[in-house]
Amino acid sequence: MNAIRKYLDKIKPNFQKGGKLEYLHSTFDAFETFLFVPNKTTFSGSHIRDYMDMKRTMSMVVLALIPILLFGMWNVGYQHFIANSVESGFWANMLFGARKVLPILIVSYVVGLGIEFAFAQIRGHEVNEGFLVTGFLIPLIVPPDIPLWMVALATAFAVIFGKEVFGGTGMNILNPALTARAFLFFAYPQDMSGEKVWVADALSGATPLGKLMVNEPLASLPSPSDMFFGFIPGSVGETSTLLILLGGLFLIYTGIASWKIIISVFAGGYALALLFNFLGPIIAPENVYMAMPAYYHLIIGGFAFGAVYMATDPVTAAQTNRGKWIYGLLIGILAVLIRVLNPAYPEGMMLAILLMNVFAPLIDYYVVKANINKRLKRFQKTQLATT
Amino acid sequence: MENMISIFVRAIFVDNMIFAYFLGMCSYLAVSKTVKTSVGLGIAVVFVLGITVPVNYLIDNYLLKAGALTWISSSFADVDLGFLSFITFIAVIASIVQLVEMVVEKYAPALYNSLGIFLPLIAVNCAVLGGSLFMQEREYANIGEATMFGLGSGVGWLLAIVGIAAIREKIRYSQVPAPLRGLGITFIVAGLMGIAFMSFMGIKL
Repeated sequence: MNAIRKYLDKIKPNFQKGGKLEYLHSTFDAFETFLFVPNKTTFSGSHIRDYMDMKRTMSMVVLALIPILLFGMWNVGYQHFIANSVESGFWANMLFGARKVLPILIVSYVVGLGIEFAFAQIRGHEVNEGFLVTGFLIPLIVPPDIPLWMVALATAFAVIFGKEVFGGTGMNILNPALTARAFLFFAYPQDMSGEKVWVADALSGATPLGKLMVNEPLASLPSPSDMFFGFIPGSVGETSTLLILLGGLFLIYTGIASWKIIISVFAGGYALALLFNFLGPIIAPENVYMAMPAYYHLIIGGFAFGAVYMATDPVTAAQTNRGKWIYGLLIGILAVLIRVLNPAYPEGMMLAILLMNVFAPLIDYYVVKANINKRLKRFQKTQLATT
Repeated sequence: MENMISIFVRAIFVDNMIFAYFLGMCSYLAVSKTVKTSVGLGIAVVFVLGITVPVNYLIDNYLLKAGALTWISSSFADVDLGFLSFITFIAVIASIVQLVEMVVEKYAPALYNSLGIFLPLIAVNCAVLGGSLFMQEREYANIGEATMFGLGSGVGWLLAIVGIAAIREKIRYSQVPAPLRGLGITFIVAGLMGIAFMSFMGIKL
């Protein structure tokens, strides 16, 4: 570490004002702060000094995602060999999965960080770490057999139009990873739509959601415990509800994800699924989804993954506490609603979160306004009482 | 009854005027700077759509359609005044908008001032004429369905403009690149909102 520090100090003058590489200063900054805690001091006002800056926040999320990525890789191989009925060991599964997943991860990081650095240079702001998480999420939510150029295109779209045009990390209105997913979904429907949504079809068997979409009976689904532990086909990150929940606990413990959002998403989805269970036989007996046990909704598809890692994105979620409850409940409700009622999209989680991202500022606006009115009334009351 | 609810919900989410048909974009982009004014304009549009669509429905079905005049005399059975529908619809819309304008000016002068030219311009808001023309094309069975469709389209438009207004209030403090400030970023936001709204496409009710 000392050697790196010395080297950085040696080349630092080149990047400071007047140095010959001054125009690259934000790139240098990025690498320096990535390796060491920055020693910058502020000049005005008083600030709280805390190691929990954006970089640490993002690293925690990546840390929580790593087990899911590893399990996802193993599962891609496992499902592939099962579908081709070949016996295989742990390492064969892992190797096969890594060969499919790592290229996507590399492409998404290279393209996204490249654009991020370019924008930082041109616009003269610092390189932000937000993309570390986005770039990690993208491989987890695309089908493992996606062509790499599509990953590159979608990442570029998401980073430029989803984030940089708004001024970079912290300013975006839609979650960039989901923007990339939605871009792929609508731009290349032939590769993404129908039963292939969030699915690795060419590699393995049909996913639970895909089966339900073609109205196969409930008995053809894998057992609930398999779906909970994640031994089912699906896109890389979404299969293991157990690991997702563990990651979620970690994020709640470190104070990064909001437990209010996670709980309310699950509650909203479960409540609507129960309602559909109840109404199903009356209004649409032919719809398999309606008869599915309510807790199935929470463990199949990307529901849990979306609830823990996507809906809680601190930038695009509602900011107020009461707003978070409303936001989460609506995501859960919409996700189940789209799954059950919209035959075009068997997976509603992505679109439900995007839709609520759009309306999160509105929710906040009215929550804040309601609070202002409440306090105003209280103030007037005390005024009346004193006079 | 069930049919009416489904028409109402469809008009709000699935066939949203803004995101499914891109109608009424001009005032959508221009008046969405603050939530307050956009709520005002949105309610005005809901009101205008909720009145003009059923009124035009009556006019279309009892005066203009081929064979609509048979209630006067059976000798009019082959009269088709359909070519007059555009001009009649516009005339109805313009007069209703006048009415709304007077009401708003009397009871909400602050809103009247902040809406400015866009209040009379509701008369040429494509969403409003679009509502009447869709009503004609889709041949709703009775006036109740037409009213629900009109109200639903209006509420969908209201939802869209209030949503974008809240976003625009939020991104006012973002460092948007200089060439994109103002309308440019608004177009991009509208496009991203459109992607999110596509979740409802294909829902059958």
